[in-house]
Amino acid sequence: MSDAESPSDEFEPIDVFEDEETPDLRPGADSCYKCSTCDTNCPVAEVDDDFPGPKFQGPEQWRLKRKEDTSVDSSISKCSNCMRCDSACPSDVPLSQMHNTARAEYVDEELSKTSLTYWRNRILANYRTSAFLASKMPRIANFAMNFGPARWAMEKTLGVTSERDFPAFATETFREWWEREGGADGSRERAREARERRGEDVDAEKKVAYFHGCYANYNTPEVGKAMVRVFEHFGYELVVPEQRCSGTPMFANGMLEDAERHAKVNVSSMGDLVTQGYDAIASCTSCSMALRQEYPELFDIDGIEDLAENTWEALEYLRVQEDLSGELSAAVVEDEDLAELAYHAPCHARNQGLDGQALELFEDLAGVDAEDVGDSCSGISGTYGWKEEKYETSMKIGEEMFDHMEEAEGEVGMTECPTCAMQMEHGTGYEIKHPLEVVESALI
Amino acid sequence: MAFPGDPRSDAKVTRYAHALDGDADGERERLAAHVARVHEGEPRVGFPAVLGEDHPAEIRAALADALDADVFEVPMGPPSLPGIRLEYAYRDALGEAGVHVVRRPVVDYETDGDGRLTAAVVERNGQHVPHYADSFVLATGGLVGKGLDSDRGGVREPVFDCHVPHPADRYDWFVDDVYGEQPYPRFGVVVDDDLRPRDADGRIEFENLRAAGSVVGGHDFAAECSGTGVSLATGDAAGTAAGSDTQ
Ligand SMILES: Cc1cc2nc3c(=O)[nH]c(=O)nc-3n(C[C@H](O)[C@H](O)[C@H](O)COP(=O)(O)OP(=O)(O)OC[C@H]3O[C@@H](n4cnc5c(N)ncnc54)[C@H](O)[C@@H]3O)c2cc1C
Ligand code: SF4
Ligand code: SF4
Repeated sequence: MSDAESPSDEFEPIDVFEDEETPDLRPGADSCYKCSTCDTNCPVAEVDDDFPGPKFQGPEQWRLKRKEDTSVDSSISKCSNCMRCDSACPSDVPLSQMHNTARAEYVDEELSKTSLTYWRNRILANYRTSAFLASKMPRIANFAMNFGPARWAMEKTLGVTSERDFPAFATETFREWWEREGGADGSRERAREARERRGEDVDAEKKVAYFHGCYANYNTPEVGKAMVRVFEHFGYELVVPEQRCSGTPMFANGMLEDAERHAKVNVSSMGDLVTQGYDAIASCTSCSMALRQEYPELFDIDGIEDLAENTWEALEYLRVQEDLSGELSAAVVEDEDLAELAYHAPCHARNQGLDGQALELFEDLAGVDAEDVGDSCSGISGTYGWKEEKYETSMKIGEEMFDHMEEAEGEVGMTECPTCAMQMEHGTGYEIKHPLEVVESALI
Repeated sequence: MAFPGDPRSDAKVTRYAHALDGDADGERERLAAHVARVHEGEPRVGFPAVLGEDHPAEIRAALADALDADVFEVPMGPPSLPGIRLEYAYRDALGEAGVHVVRRPVVDYETDGDGRLTAAVVERNGQHVPHYADSFVLATGGLVGKGLDSDRGGVREPVFDCHVPHPADRYDWFVDDVYGEQPYPRFGVVVDDDLRPRDADGRIEFENLRAAGSVVGGHDFAAECSGTGVSLATGDAAGTAAGSDTQ
C-alpha cells in the first residue's frame, strides 16, 4: 500500500546496495511487523535472558546499523544458527541471512584475529581439515582426541569443552569404501541390475550425485553406505563428486570467507553434474539446507541457483520420485535394535519442511515404532555446543529433548542430523540411527 | 508489582510463564502472596496473560485458591501466550486425528484440466513438491497474512490466482479520511454460499476449492472488529464442506 500513497511514479526506493556482492536486506527488515513469533521460537533466548533474540539480531540490528558509528552487538555470537526463527516468521523476514551477515561482520571487525576464541572457532568451523588428518590414522586419533590430559589442555587453552567425547573416526572412510565398491562404474552396474529386476527400462536416466558431507565420510560411513544401497535398490546410479565442507559450521562461526572457498568447489563439481542431468542428494539435512538456501542467500557463484534448485534430501527425493511409502508399508524390519525409535526432527529439517517425513514414512512399516520426542531443539547446533562457554546453554536447551527421549519406549534414537545425533547420544547414552539406515534395513 | 525471583525488567513473557509452569521455587504461591497484599476481597482478579504455557489451568486454579477469587487473564500485545497455547492445542488435536502438517508455502497448483484441482504445489527451499488431495481450502489471510498480494499494478491472490475485484486506478483503493470508508481492507476473493471463489464472470474458479478467513473479501475487520469472527465462521463452514466432499 505504501507505494500507492506516494504522490508520483517517480518514487525511487532508497539505494541501499553498498556493492553488488552485499545482499540487500532492507526489504526483509521492512517486512518485520514485530509480532515476536521468532523470539518465542528461539531456543537460545528461552534459556538465556541476556540474549536479545532474533527480532533484535535481525531486523532491529540491521536498522540500528544504518547509523555510521554503530557496530554489530557481541550477542550475535550467542546465536547458534539453528534457523528456527527463519521458519517461524510469518512474514518471510530472512532472519538467518541477516544473522549470518551480521556475524561475519562481527568476526571481521570486532573479533581479534590473534585471539584464541577466533582460532578456536576457526578450528571448530574447519572440522573437515581435522577430520581429514584424523582419518589418516583413525585409531590413534580416536585415542588422542579423547585422551584426558589433552582434553583438559584443550579446554583450558582453546575453550573446547572437555564434557563431550569426540566422535569416533571410522577406520575406513565412506569414500574409501566407495572406491572399493567400484565407484561410479560399480554403481552403474548395480543400478542397471536393479532396474532390470524392477521391470523398468534398463537404460533409464536415473542418476544422482551424492553430497555426503564431512560427517558421513569420516565418522558415520554406515549412513553413506545406506544411502548408496537404498538408491541403487531403486535403480539410481550414483556418483560421488569431489566435495568440501558444506559450510554450515563456518556460517555459524561467521567465517564466510572460508565457507565461500568451500562453496566454490562444491558448486563447481556438483553444479557440473546438475547441468548433465544429475540431481544432487544430501543425507545430512544441514548440508542440504546449505546448498539449497544459504548458498544462494550468501554467495554469488556461477551456477549456484541451478544447484540449489536441484538439491534434495535423500528420502524427500525418493518419496517424490518413487513409491517409497508403498514399498515400506509392504516391508518388515527384523532388526530388534530398530523396533522402538525416539525420533528428533533437526531444526534444519524443520526449515525444509521435512520434520514430519520420517515419522510419516515409518507409520506403516512393520517392525518399527518411531515416536516423536517433541519439537524442541537439541541444543548442540554443530560447533556451538563444543564451546566451553556455550556448553551449559547447549545442555539446557537439550534438556526437554533428553526428557522426552527417556520417556519414549526403547533406547535407540533416530535423526537426520549428525550433530543432533551427537547431542542425543551425549545426553542419553542411546545409540542413534539415521532414517536411511532404517530404510536400508527394511528394503535390502 | 514485582514478579517472584526478580527477572530482568525486559524479560520475555515466556520467562514468566515457564517459571509458573515449573513452580520450582513456589512461584505460584509467591505470586499469589504478592497480590494478596493489595487484594481487598474483590471477587475477580485479572493477571497479564502470562499464566503458564503448559499448565495454565493448574496455575489459574492455584492462584484462585490462594486468593479466594476468580482469576482471569488480560490478553497483551505480541507475543501472545494464549495464542501459543491455542497453537499447541491445535497441533495436538491434529496429531491425535492423524493429520500430518507440512509448514512450507503453497506456490502453485495442478488441475485435471476439467475445473478440478488435483494438487497444491509446495515450495521447499527451491524444490516444488505436489501434495494431492480431493478438496482444498484457501486460508492464506489477507494483506497482512500474505494471502493477498499487491503492487502498483493491481491486487492478486497469488496461489490459485482467484479473481480479486478492485478499481483499476490505484488512487481509488483508498480515501483520504483515514477512518473513513476505506475500500482496500475489503479487497479479497468473492465466494458463493458454499464458500467457493468465483471468477470475474461469476463462475466457480475450481469445483473443489473453498476460501475462508481474511482472504475472503467484503469485510473490513479493523472498522467492524469482525476479524476473528469472520475467520472462525468461514473456517468452520469451509472446513466442514470440504470434509463432507471427501467422505
Ligand atoms: C495488527 C492486527 C490486530 C488484529 N486484532 C484483532 C482483534 O483484536 N480482534 C479480531 O477479531 N481480529 C483482529 N485482527 C484480525 C485477525 O487477526 C484476522 O482477521 C485473522 O487472523 C485472519 O485469519 P486467517 O486465518 O484468515 O489469516 P491469517 O491469520 O493471516 O493466517 C494466514 C496463514 O496462511 C499462511 N500463508 C499465507 N500464504 C501462504 C501460502 N502461499 N502457502 C501456505 N501458507 C500460507 C500464513 O503464513 C498464515 O499463517 C487483527 C489483525 C491485525 C493485523
Ligand atoms: S538462528 Fe536459532 S539461535 Fe539464532 S536467533 Fe534464530 S532461533 Fe535463535
Ligand atoms: S517473526 Fe518475523 S515479523 Fe515477527 S517479529 Fe520476528 S522477524 Fe518480525
